[in-house]
Amino acid sequence: MKLSTMGRHLREGSKNIIRNSWMTVASVGAVTTTLVLVGIFLTLMLNLNQLAQNIEDEVQMSVYIQLTADETQINELEENIKQVNNVTSVEFSSKEEELDKLIKDMGEEGEQWKLFEQNNPLNDVFIVRAEEASQYKAISQKVKEFSNVDDVTYQQNTVERLLTFNKYARYIGFAFISALILTAIFLISNTIKMTIIARQDEISIMKLVGAKNSFIRWPFFVEGMLMGMLGSIIPIALVLFGYKYLYTNFNDRINMSFVELLPFDPFAWQISLLLLGIGVVIGIWGSVMSVRKFLNV
Amino acid sequence: MIEMKEVFKVYKNGVTALNGVDVTINQGDFVYVVGPSGAGKTSFIKMMYREEVPSRGNVYINGVEIGGLKKKEIPYLRRDVGVIFQDFKLLPRKSVYENVAFALEVIEENSKKIRRQVMKVLEQVGLKHKARFIPAQLSGGEQQRVAIARAIINNPKLVIADEPTGNLDPETSWEIMRIFEDINSKGTTIIMATHSQDIVNQLKKRVIAMEKGQIVRDEHRGEYGYEA
Ligand SMILES: Nc1ncnc2c1ncn2[C@@H]1O[C@H](COP(=O)(O)OP(=O)(O)OP(=O)(O)O)[C@@H](O)[C@H]1O
Ligand SMILES: [Mg+2]
Repeated sequence: MKLSTMGRHLREGSKNIIRNSWMTVASVGAVTTTLVLVGIFLTLMLNLNQLAQNIEDEVQMSVYIQLTADETQINELEENIKQVNNVTSVEFSSKEEELDKLIKDMGEEGEQWKLFEQNNPLNDVFIVRAEEASQYKAISQKVKEFSNVDDVTYQQNTVERLLTFNKYARYIGFAFISALILTAIFLISNTIKMTIIARQDEISIMKLVGAKNSFIRWPFFVEGMLMGMLGSIIPIALVLFGYKYLYTNFNDRINMSFVELLPFDPFAWQISLLLLGIGVVIGIWGSVMSVRKFLNV
Repeated sequence: MIEMKEVFKVYKNGVTALNGVDVTINQGDFVYVVGPSGAGKTSFIKMMYREEVPSRGNVYINGVEIGGLKKKEIPYLRRDVGVIFQDFKLLPRKSVYENVAFALEVIEENSKKIRRQVMKVLEQVGLKHKARFIPAQLSGGEQQRVAIARAIINNPKLVIADEPTGNLDPETSWEIMRIFEDINSKGTTIIMATHSQDIVNQLKKRVIAMEKGQIVRDEHRGEYGYEA
């Protein structure tokens, strides 16, 4: 496309936006609302995902070895566990090491446990790790059946709950946002329809004198695209400033290694870019719908 | 250059507007299309710039069967045809200059050529001095001359006019006819549907008479042939 032609399409598209001012405001408002919610939703979801990921990385399974097991049986058990699907590592931890860990984890209270150093009631343990948290359930079922296993534990509930929550939040979020996006598309396509009707005479003359169909269509795509872009300004500002605020305040206050917001840079910028992209797609989609239906070229 | 073979047109509502039209019009011809209201004159003309497609039969322009043109190709056909209507179809908010320039702008001509061509063609229709006026500030005849300027600015080989003098008084009509003669003298084919007995009988040209969707008479230097 020639540069001068591109300039003309931009000019015409902008003119349409101004001419239809009230409809434009409604459409841009719909895009804004949609994108604000998309922005909040994405920020939440992606951070929750990250949190789940972090927790998942912390998850491990403890296989308690029966006190009666001798060394060959323990070695045999280790081999067996290693054979189980999705097991990535098996690490032996003696009951003395376990007690040390316990004492360390308990801090002050741990002192009491020192009494047990002479007569350690704990089991030797295999620390088993899997690729993904969701795999522990199947692994534990297998391992339980091996001989010389006293018990198997892993942080079942935290992980599973978080994963389920994430899953449902995602479904509901997507359904909700799809509805909003459709509404925004519909409003934009309606605005473009008004423009097409208002410019009917001009369009028919363009056809008469031999303007290419694409030439006739472009200003309407530009109009839709501009509405989408205008609609993404407030959401992007909100994401950038809001997330900056949240990030500074949240991470300072909560000091757990695995509860951490995604870093502002690049996360907030990526979301902003995505919102702009969604805005543009909504705009173009809306105009394509109307152009197909009403332009008839 | 224009050939129609066994052309039928039945509109969606079931009305048969063209009922087997066969005709050949050569490059440089000047043709009046006459006939009572509803005879199919406008439908006949619309076949030539693919405003309508035949229900049956073929329309050839310079050997190209235009019923079979792809959507993408239609604009290029229309760049070679200038069309003029009874109601001028000017854009009311644009000046005379802008209305005429519009025809070249939308086919992406460069601005230098546009400026040169617009002034040339406005001179040809005698409206150079009113280039800055808007249509509402012009008489009917002047508005029609703007429409003609717009139709011929791309040097089309064919100019089609559907009752171009229908809204004009006799004197103004003759001004328009002089412009058509001028255009035709340079080799452009002119096809003009008209109800004006005076024009047809005084400015003798080929006359195609239609009735009920058929050509009933086709004479060189013909007469209007109806009671107006
Ligand atoms: N788009 C259309 N849809 C349905 N019927 C149509 C359409 N255009 C024309 N007709 C019908 O086709 C017939 C021929 O119409 P057409 O306009 O070609 O006649 P015409 O000779 O140009 O008449 P006039 O002198 O009044 O302009 C008429 O009966 C008209 O009602
Ligand atoms: Mg007619």
